[in-house]
Order: sequence, then C-alpha cells, then structure tokens
Amino acid sequence: MNASAASLGLLSCSTCSLVSRAPAGEAVCPRCNSALHSRKPGSIGRTWAFLIAAMALYVPANTMPIMATSSLFGSQDDTIISGVVFLWEDGSWYLAVIVFVASILVPLAKIIGLVVLLLSVQLGVDWRADQRARLYRLVESIGRWSMLDIFVVALLVTVVQLTALASVRAGPAALAFGAVVVLTMCAATSFDPRLIWDPVKGPREQPAAA
Amino acid sequence: MNRAELLACPECDLLQSDSAVPRPRKALCARCGAVLYQRHPHGLERTAALTAAALALFAIANAFPILSLELQGERTSATLAGAVSALWSQNMQLVAALVLFTAVLMPLAELAALAWLLAPIFVGGRAPRFGAVFRLLQFAQRWGMVDVFVLGALVSFVKLGHLANVEAGVALWSFAALMLVMAAIEANFDPRDLWARVAPL
Repeated sequence: MNASAASLGLLSCSTCSLVSRAPAGEAVCPRCNSALHSRKPGSIGRTWAFLIAAMALYVPANTMPIMATSSLFGSQDDTIISGVVFLWEDGSWYLAVIVFVASILVPLAKIIGLVVLLLSVQLGVDWRADQRARLYRLVESIGRWSMLDIFVVALLVTVVQLTALASVRAGPAALAFGAVVVLTMCAATSFDPRLIWDPVKGPREQPAAA
Repeated sequence: MNRAELLACPECDLLQSDSAVPRPRKALCARCGAVLYQRHPHGLERTAALTAAALALFAIANAFPILSLELQGERTSATLAGAVSALWSQNMQLVAALVLFTAVLMPLAELAALAWLLAPIFVGGRAPRFGAVFRLLQFAQRWGMVDVFVLGALVSFVKLGHLANVEAGVALWSFAALMLVMAAIEANFDPRDLWARVAPL
C-alpha cells in the first residue's frame, strides 16, 4: 500500500483521526460529527494573507521601541535589537543569545520557511518532499517561542512601574511584535502540509526506468 | 482490513495500517516521519492524575507573585494578573489580552477540557459535547504558552537582577512545575485511546 487517503476516495478526520469513505456532498465524520475536508479549504490563500500581514508588521516590530525606561538618570528607548546588545555588553551573553534567537531569528525563519513551502506547493514541485515536511514541522514547533519578549516586557513593566524612582512603559513595537507572533502562528496553522506530498508520485505510479 | 486499523498520516495523507502485533509504543509515518500516535499502557489514567496536579499548580501560580523587587527600601511584586492590568492601564489592551490569552486562558482551557473529557470515562460514561470539547483541547494545546512564559520570567529575573534586589516568588516555582507537568501530560495523553474508549468502532 503506497497511496494517499485522498487518492482512494477516503477522508481522515482531523478531530478523531477516523478514516472514512468520502460521500458525494458535504462530508461529516461518522464517529465524531466533525466536518471533513480532504485538504484544508483555501489553505494557500489564507496562509499568504496571514504571512503578508506578518511581513508588513515585522518592520515596525524591529525598528520601533518595544520598551521605554525613564528614571532619575534619564530616559531610554529600547528596540528589540538594542535590548539584545545591552544584554551582550552587560555580560549576559547567554540571555542575549536566547532573546536574539526567539525574537529575531525565529520570526524571520518562520516567514522565510513558509514562503519556501508556499512557492514550492504552488509550483507543484516534488523536490525533496521529506525535507520540506521537516521544514514545516520546524516552523510549526518554534513559532510559539517568539512570545518570549512580550512576556519579558509585561513583567518588567509591572514590577518597575510600581516603584517611584523609575518607570518602564511598553512601546508600540510590543503591539506590532505580538501581532507578528499571532499572524505567523495562524499562517503555519492554515498551511496544509499534505499539499507538499500531493505532486509526489508513489513508486507504483512512477514510470518504469528505461 | 478493520476500520479501526486504518490510519492516514495527518501531515502527508499516506494511508497506513495499524495492524502490527505487538503494537509499537510510538508509530511514525513511513513516508514523512510525522508522529502518528504514541501509546502508553495507562496513558489516560496518568493524564487524569497529571491534570489534577496541574490544576492545583495553576491555581497557586496565578494567586502568588512571580517576582518581587526591592529598590531603595521599596518592595513591589508582580503577579500574572498584575502584569495584564499594568499593560492594560498603559493603553496596551491588545498586548494585555494576548498575555492573558496565552498564559492564563488557554492553559486553563487545556486543563479544564482534559478534566471534562477524562473524568466520565472512569465510570464508563461519555462527557456531553465530547467532540466540541476535544476540538477546544486541540486549539488550547496550540495557543497555551506556559513554557515560553517560564523562560520569559527567567529572562526578566536576570534583567532586573542588574538593577535591583530581585526575589523569585512562589508563583515562579509553581509555573516551572506546571510547565513540567504539562509536558508530561503531552507525553502521556493518547487521543486514539480516548476515542477508542468513548466511541469504539
């Protein structure tokens, strides 16, 4: 057996994973009553929509200040990258690396990874499907870690704002950055990895070697 | 072939059979390598016990301060609810809502959904609205970010340590323990077994 469920007229349920025969009209899982779809509906269009919105917001997320600190000694605006530089110069290089990876590298890797996946699916290539499947799993699993900076800002704002000597305020980049995290996660969810494998022919379907 | 033994990979749609004897503990898709299922001898019982522990830790983690700071003789502390309201009062309502959603509401929804689905099966019943609650569980598992929050609290702890005298609060330890218990839930929970018990084929 070397065929996709869809090619045999079967549908698998994304809720209870039951495999059932596709009926003529709208399909419903006979076990759990969830709506059944052979592939996620409108997957490519939705993924592009979320991704383009995320790309647009990635710019203000990195250029605008995420945190403004003011104290008796003056005030300072921090962007994500200046926060990383501050940690590095302060000797906390391990924290600098964690924040750099979670806040800058992960969102960028997700955006590039999804663009590669979308283009390869739209062009119908069957090149290195196993590696693209791995890329999809990577994109899906690392996405959540970008929320790190949002949580850090939330906690710093809270403890410091209550003291009389200094105050920390969240900057506009916090909003843009939070939106990038949510939008890229939505993009990864909208993408249907089964599309990667649809152009790949099983050994049976491949023409015999000359 | 029996319907219960048919599997379609959720990530590549390859049709496979689950008829190997003895059944493996963990099955990977033959083509793309995605995890098809993980089976544990007492997975559901363990998940139920871990869920009870996680609910207790969740309550402690939300009731007590995560960090406290001493600056010039002044002592302040931050709870998770305090962090949400601080962001809210700084005109960052959407960011506050995002923190509330990912660090409080979704982890709670995950634990509540597990308790709802699992409790009745030990007395041989099936929870009402089973399918809808199961879909809520799938959604909450994706959006709950206790693990990321713990790392964020540690980064804040070190950052503040340069400015003032910081102390880890009870909730920081509870969140760290909650993170471990929720990881254990993910490793032990076997949705195929759950569906097989409530809706055998």
